[in-house]
Amino acid sequence: DGVTAFPDAEKANMPVFTMDYPRIQIPFEITMWVLLASFAKIGFHVYKKITVWVPESCLLITIGLIVGGIMHSVHEEPPAVLTSNVFFLYMLPPIVLDSGYFMPTRPFFENIGTVLWFAVVGTLWNSIGIGMSLFAICQIEAFGVQDINLQENLLFATIISAVDPVAVLSVFEDVSVNEQLYIVVFGECLFNDAVTVVLYNMFNFVAEMPVVEPVDVFLGVARFFVVGLGGMGFGILFGFTAAFTTRFTSKVREIEPLFIFMYSYLAYLVAELFAISSIMAIVTCALTMKYYVEENVSQRSCTTIRHVVKMLGCISETLIFFFLGVVTITTAHEWNWGYILFTLLFAFVWRGLGVLVLTQIINPFRTIPFNMKDQFGLAYGGLRGAISFALVFTLPDSIGRKQLFITATIAVILFTVFLQGISIRPLIEFINVRRTNRNLDTINVEVHCRLMEHTMAGIEDLCGQWSHFYWKDKFMKFNNRILRKILIRDNRAESSIVALYKKLELQNAMEILDTVSGDISAAPSIESLYEDKKSSKPKKKFLAPDLKNMHDILSKNMYKIRQRTVAYTNKHALPNESQSREILIRRHASIRRSLRPGSFQSSVSGQRSHCGRYRLEVLHDQETMSETAYPSRRSRFGQPSRSSSRAMMPLRRLDTLTEVHSVDMVDESSGSGGGTSRTNAGDPHTPVPTKVSRPMTPETGIAKRKRRSGLRPHLLQAGPWNPETTQHGTLCSGGLSGTRRCESVPGLFERTLQGLYNTTTCSYHPKTR
Amino acid sequence: MGASQTRSEHKHQHLADETGFSLEQVKNLHKRFQQLSGNEETIRELLDSVPALANNPIRKQIIEAFFDKRNQHHDEVGTCEEIGFEQFLMVMSHFRPPTLKTTVEEKEAMRREKLRFLFNMHDTDNDGTITLAEYRKVVEELLSKSGDIGQEAAKAIADAAMLEVASTNVPHMAPEDFYEGITFEHFEQILKGLEMETRMHIRFLDVGTTTMACGKSTS
Repeated sequence: DGVTAFPDAEKANMPVFTMDYPRIQIPFEITMWVLLASFAKIGFHVYKKITVWVPESCLLITIGLIVGGIMHSVHEEPPAVLTSNVFFLYMLPPIVLDSGYFMPTRPFFENIGTVLWFAVVGTLWNSIGIGMSLFAICQIEAFGVQDINLQENLLFATIISAVDPVAVLSVFEDVSVNEQLYIVVFGECLFNDAVTVVLYNMFNFVAEMPVVEPVDVFLGVARFFVVGLGGMGFGILFGFTAAFTTRFTSKVREIEPLFIFMYSYLAYLVAELFAISSIMAIVTCALTMKYYVEENVSQRSCTTIRHVVKMLGCISETLIFFFLGVVTITTAHEWNWGYILFTLLFAFVWRGLGVLVLTQIINPFRTIPFNMKDQFGLAYGGLRGAISFALVFTLPDSIGRKQLFITATIAVILFTVFLQGISIRPLIEFINVRRTNRNLDTINVEVHCRLMEHTMAGIEDLCGQWSHFYWKDKFMKFNNRILRKILIRDNRAESSIVALYKKLELQNAMEILDTVSGDISAAPSIESLYEDKKSSKPKKKFLAPDLKNMHDILSKNMYKIRQRTVAYTNKHALPNESQSREILIRRHASIRRSLRPGSFQSSVSGQRSHCGRYRLEVLHDQETMSETAYPSRRSRFGQPSRSSSRAMMPLRRLDTLTEVHSVDMVDESSGSGGGTSRTNAGDPHTPVPTKVSRPMTPETGIAKRKRRSGLRPHLLQAGPWNPETTQHGTLCSGGLSGTRRCESVPGLFERTLQGLYNTTTCSYHPKTR
Repeated sequence: MGASQTRSEHKHQHLADETGFSLEQVKNLHKRFQQLSGNEETIRELLDSVPALANNPIRKQIIEAFFDKRNQHHDEVGTCEEIGFEQFLMVMSHFRPPTLKTTVEEKEAMRREKLRFLFNMHDTDNDGTITLAEYRKVVEELLSKSGDIGQEAAKAIADAAMLEVASTNVPHMAPEDFYEGITFEHFEQILKGLEMETRMHIRFLDVGTTTMACGKSTS
């Protein structure tokens, strides 16, 4: 198709409309296929019920089958996607990166022995078992497959026994089995690649050789170690390099996410170069990198990275299943009932046996042994998928029965994905496998987890016996002392409790914005606060009477700690942070509306902690308030009575997580009637006016980023309010960071707000958008 | 010699039955106990004999737990001056893992036991509740080795945690109420999601640990 050129020398007129399809053909087709697959995905969610019972992978394959049927009938060839290079170089890495990046690290490392055991020994067992049995079957004349020799059988068996992460995860996701089971199956899928690669290459090599010698077997074992450890080594190397690079990217925030992807992909490719396990390389790279990188990059880059990783993984997965369906129809098949049925049977049987035997051996070493139900889940969850499919296509053509193998592989895949995939959920529920409580990531849980771990490490020291807590402790020390210093830009040894606390605070801030309007009327007035202080209720448990007040106030503004889903979450969703942004934006609008000049009363003096120089900002996120209402309000808060503020305002907000100092707060506290400012009275989040490093001018005042305002957990501290001793505030803010100096690097909250708000009011980073 | 040998065997067996350890484990722990105590009957001071504990942020609480009578399940309170092997073992028994044979009720009981242990670590004045001050102290200790966190942060975290407990357990606090402290029931409630019985345990070895233990005591 194109412009047809007239061979005559007639003067050709200027073509008004031309078409040149071949030029854009390849990108165009790729785009169309991706779109088609995505539409299919959208379509599934129209009927909610379907996705509950049928895993997405099945649906995608079905759609693929349909499309394949259509293509076959019009005699079109599907794009050669699932063959060799395209699959292994372009489609598989994103999925594996996705799995590796979002892998829950703590359970993974706790179970790493089991994972490796199942991955390595399990795969070996399966391959050899299936291979041998199939070879035995081949001897039976009735099936007509006597020409397949042992090596070829073993080769085929290796391909078949590779449990596929794509298929398994997409099925296991919806069934929230207990964490142990999930991690073991997950880990097994990812790590059996090493064994599969070695065995595949070995048998491939051997299949072409007439004689196998013991030396070759020995070499095979050696090669396995090279492959496995080499993969991990490369992964770690690239992971650390990536972490180190991100240390210096503070000026080029826009391309920060790029480093992550490039390094992981590089790890993958280099591993492929040396024919070592590329999946292990990329998984290890992601695992190593994530921890350090997420501390170095900006909040937005972090979000971007997660989004893109998820997106790429999702698309790849969708495409793979889709093409599985398409290619099923369009390839030439060779069907052999006996061979194929026995393949299915053996695949199933050997996996079951393997799980049984291996669990028996490793259970004594596990502190939480697998019971029979768990074992069933393990065995039944061994789905095969696209990796087997791609591998079988790359079989050398010298193997006579390649078509048969292809057909058999497809049969096994379809069988496992459809039958096992659909039935696994009701079965698991029926036999009542131990489910997990997706951990409540509350501060209490985190604190007590730490407490437990330290206790156990201590008891282990007392007992003189070591187990993994000891090693974990050692690693954490090494990490804090050496690794973090090298790889992280602002190195403050931060405990996970504190990190979690910061996160939760942020979330609370968002939530408060949302709940504030509802609770305004319920919050106490200043007067009642005053009375409370004077009342003489027995307060035996608290350190100071004011603590009691704080708790009252806080409990009034009821909040629920949002149940956070950990990284072990729905495969098809990101850890949920998007909600917060919407909350903020909504609040932004409503806050502006509610701010009216007349709404503040001066009886609020109690809230004023500074003598008019500083203004307490009621609302939690400054930026929302910043632009409009301030100038008019400034005049209001002329001279708060200092004495009263001292007496009545023993409450000072503890601003512990801020790292930047200059804060300008606008005081919006009002009496019992005001709008949002109201909450300040009952709101312990009255931000502490921490040290303001420059004089407040209206402009800078507005421009300043807010400190952590409005965080519930910041209880108000008892203590005389002394405007001069704002050092207190500084102390708080400095305390957490461990560095008591004024930093120009905005803290976590800052960056998050920057990211979420997208406002230009921040004067710190004009370039940050 | 022979007589005392069998006597200690009986004692060990008795202890094994009482605490749920196996005989092998009891023997190993006994050896360890003797190392820690310098071959005496009782231990008075644990801190110095285990130098590795120096890096542990909550070592004081852990040591105190050994001397705490509440962990002995005899319904006594207070602290002992010195502990014998039996008390040592009792405290260690809190960290046994569940086996395949443990029934659901036993697991529940184990869970409560472990939770109780943690609770006792917090509740130093033994009034049945964890007050804000006590919680703060624990958090401070926990964070004391993790860099220069500072007291204020620890306080804030403890406050936040208390608040969480308050909000989850006492949802409708009236303005005049105040939250006294975390009771054991509340404690159980908030740590409900944590599979205690499967996470809080140590693998007690059955094989002889003399070589490892020797190394430890001289280090």
